[in-house]
Amino acid sequence: MATIQSNKQHEVLEAVIIRFVGDSGDGMQLTGTQFSDTSAMFGNDIATFPNYPAEIRAPQGSLYGVSGFQVHIGSVEISTPGDEVDLLVAMNPAGLKTNLHAVKPGHTIIVDTDAFTKKNLEKAQYDSNPLEDGSLENYRVIEVTMTSLTKEALRDVEGLDNKSITRSKNMFALGMVYWMYDRSTEHTIEFFKKKFKTKPPLIEANTKVLNTGYYFAETLELIPNSYTISPAKMEAGTYRIIMGNTATAWGFLAAAEKSGLELFLGSYPITPASDILHELVKHKHFGVKALQAEDEIAGITSAIGASFAGDLAITTTSGPGLALKGEALGLAMIIEMPLVVVNVQRGGPSTGLPTKTEQSDLLQSLYGRNGESPVIVIAASTPANCFDFAYEAAKLTLEHMTPVILLSDGYIANGSAPWKIKSVSDMPDIKNNIITEPDENWHPYDRDENTLARKWPIPGTLGLEHRVGGLEKDRVSGNVSYVAENHEYMTKIRAEKIKRVQNYIPDIETEFCDSGDLLVIGWGGTYGSLYSAVKQINEQGYTNTGLAHFNYINPLPKNTEAVLKRFKKILVCELNTGQFAKVLKMNFNGFEFLQFNKIQGLPFGNSELIEKFKQLVK
Amino acid sequence: METTTEKKYTFKDFASDQEVRWCPGCDDYVILRAMQKALPEMGVKKEDVVFISGIGCSSRFPYYMNTYGMHSIHGRAPAIATGVKLANPDLSVWVITGDGDSMAIGGNHFIHVLRRNVNLNVILFNNEIYGLTKGQFSPTSLVGQKTKSSPYGNTQQPFSPGELAIGAQARFFARIGGNTPKEMTQIFIDCEKFKGTSLIEVLQNCPIFNDGCFDEFTDKKVREDKQLHVEHGKPMIFGKERDKGLVLNGLKLEVVTIGENGIEQEDLLVHNAKEEDPTMHQMLVRLRYPLVTGIIRSFDDVTLEERKDVQTKEVKANSKFRKTDDLFFAGDIYKVD
Ligand SMILES: Cc1ncc(C[n+]2csc(CCOP(=O)(O)OP(=O)(O)O)c2C)c(N)n1
Ligand code: SF4
Repeated sequence: MATIQSNKQHEVLEAVIIRFVGDSGDGMQLTGTQFSDTSAMFGNDIATFPNYPAEIRAPQGSLYGVSGFQVHIGSVEISTPGDEVDLLVAMNPAGLKTNLHAVKPGHTIIVDTDAFTKKNLEKAQYDSNPLEDGSLENYRVIEVTMTSLTKEALRDVEGLDNKSITRSKNMFALGMVYWMYDRSTEHTIEFFKKKFKTKPPLIEANTKVLNTGYYFAETLELIPNSYTISPAKMEAGTYRIIMGNTATAWGFLAAAEKSGLELFLGSYPITPASDILHELVKHKHFGVKALQAEDEIAGITSAIGASFAGDLAITTTSGPGLALKGEALGLAMIIEMPLVVVNVQRGGPSTGLPTKTEQSDLLQSLYGRNGESPVIVIAASTPANCFDFAYEAAKLTLEHMTPVILLSDGYIANGSAPWKIKSVSDMPDIKNNIITEPDENWHPYDRDENTLARKWPIPGTLGLEHRVGGLEKDRVSGNVSYVAENHEYMTKIRAEKIKRVQNYIPDIETEFCDSGDLLVIGWGGTYGSLYSAVKQINEQGYTNTGLAHFNYINPLPKNTEAVLKRFKKILVCELNTGQFAKVLKMNFNGFEFLQFNKIQGLPFGNSELIEKFKQLVK
Repeated sequence: METTTEKKYTFKDFASDQEVRWCPGCDDYVILRAMQKALPEMGVKKEDVVFISGIGCSSRFPYYMNTYGMHSIHGRAPAIATGVKLANPDLSVWVITGDGDSMAIGGNHFIHVLRRNVNLNVILFNNEIYGLTKGQFSPTSLVGQKTKSSPYGNTQQPFSPGELAIGAQARFFARIGGNTPKEMTQIFIDCEKFKGTSLIEVLQNCPIFNDGCFDEFTDKKVREDKQLHVEHGKPMIFGKERDKGLVLNGLKLEVVTIGENGIEQEDLLVHNAKEEDPTMHQMLVRLRYPLVTGIIRSFDDVTLEERKDVQTKEVKANSKFRKTDDLFFAGDIYKVD
């Protein structure tokens, strides 16, 4: 089974956006992942965006059962999966119907005509066949009898049932796209060999279909040329493609190793956070202790117990789960112990849009607890830097003895991008406050002069026996205290402790320009969209537009106000109704914070951002 | 847990400097003292002992113990304790909980800690009432019981903690009156030795909101006639005159009198706490006359920590990953120069 590489002449492109769509059982996620991995290894910069229904197996052919995977590859820097599509691969009418709007006029659509049956057209609510009624006139449509060709190709392969045969038609599509974009099939064939190690007929079948698709495209006259996207100029180093959730999990693994502590995860499954749990449970070889708890409350409380006993403890969840964890988070906060809570945000309120992205848990993270209960809140902004911010969350929680909420979101959690691998030795040191030697004068609530962090005495240490709990504590002994001014003192010092974290986090830096007409502000997972839009508007001559993207939200970087002062207009862009804008308004008087908000469960589109910026910079 | 030979503790070593603030006459004092007396007998080091409680009168308990402790949030102590134990299996971990704390708000965690068989000890202070919030009915309150939140009588069917626990796979269940400190002390010692989750239900009188709730079984004058204190391997015999006992009649337990109808002591059931099948234990737990106390079930089994430990060792032995870098640089990586 040789891998193939074509010698054809190519048109050179800078970047291209491809979207694979089909039924949720059609293997579109796999197809997309294979294409993006192959492109990354070829040297392209990439960004991906899986978009799938909340139903596991929606009825076949239905409009709401469409699963899609978009990949943006380039010889230039790629910071988002893009919005307008150059190539749509539609495995059925429903996929075509729900995704056609995203295809740039004049661009290409590949369809499996075998799937355009009367029944499927009805399910997709088409009155007439779009392949026949002229409605696709503005596109270059490549009609391929993909299912039949797949069956034909596999006629002689033994040991295959019908289902596996039709299932492999996604590889036919992938083969065609490999040819069109001048990619080698090698990586994918290697993947088959690993994945189907115990089922050789499937290796043979998938390889055969993939190659058939490739050759088919090569000989098909309907595709007049193929394209090349040269490798991107990327920082030298060793890379791998990483998904945000994996990167988050790995950041914690690295932090545990660096701090010398054992990692404990208490978690209850919820989309889109579950993959962090799935990833961490694999790593028992690093001593990871994971408990799939009975609910979110047990997830966080078991982590609190583990933290009390001296582990680096984390709990992972998504919006509704964070709501349940609120009371326990208050406990961790008042007993001043390390704990990281990861919230991979999704569309809310309530169960909301479980598979769609949003940034609407910000205020819940900042204030969603009873009493005055400040904690550190930070947010990751790209799939790859989920690694850094998980690490940072662990560092902050251990060094400052306070819970940290790490915000991620469905978009970066499921998206993937190249990650320049960081070795643990590249990472900053992590100190912890564990005391092993009892000191005569030790008290449970003594504080470090600078950070105001208390010490971390753990069970098993003779001489440090003590009790903690949710009742208000005496400022020194930690014993229960209802003394009026003690409560006020403790409330203030707990807030001051968070404030002082400002001394340990970097200043906010603006990108593209330091001062000017417009400052675009964002936070968390919208970084890629905002970065690429601000970059483009600068390239179009509006060179007085800067971007300030926040990863630290509580506390905010020390120089925030100074940065705000340097711009005439400030536009806060968020995937909610303006929660960060509220926070900024509350903290900084005398500024006008304009807003651009989108609440559709979708990331920002490039053109909508640019249009908005242009209105303001004219 | 390592046992100490050097230091012999007394109960004073386990009393903290905090003033105990339960109502006068509350059985909570009895339980506290029994624990302080039991701990020196267990051979555990003071610094290895951790008390985790939820919220309620009983849950103030950790403050009064000079050990490690956490007074946490309502109902969640079993989950916190599970985390403590998984983080450090060498600790001696105790959960202190009330009937409201563990059977109402914390019902979920309560059943799951038992199911998982984490090696820790749960002491359930059952007073069939909410004490701390001043007298509402609890999930163990009786039908018809008049309380502040059931002025016309409680209409909710109660749980029997033992039945619930055994149904949830509890491997160790003991019941003890709140006014029998010596027996209680011994049970605490025994449950610490037991490997797995031990649940001890203490029939705790709350003189303020539910005074005398267990008098029918625990009053000094009647308790020998109304309670059957079981011991593993011993016949199920009770009564002031030690002349009553239990036999099996069909699928039911029946009280018989030795010397009547030709019954002799040898005819009585012999208690087997170590039986895996919970059927007999469930029957004993359900009985109201006599009320069965003592260690009803004590079935040795693998704990969650042991299972996890075996698995971790296996994974470690079979993995090529030693450091996180090994993982980061494995698989589909590529170089850019
Ligand atoms: C989340 C939450 N809900 C309600 C309460 C109020 N509360 C405190 S203790 C308690 C019931 C305690 O009853 P029980 O567990 O039987 O303990 P006892 O006081 O009788 O020892 C309640 C409802 C609380 N502290 N937290
Ligand atoms: S209210 Fe009842 S349970 Fe609570 S301390 Fe008083 S007597 Fe004890």
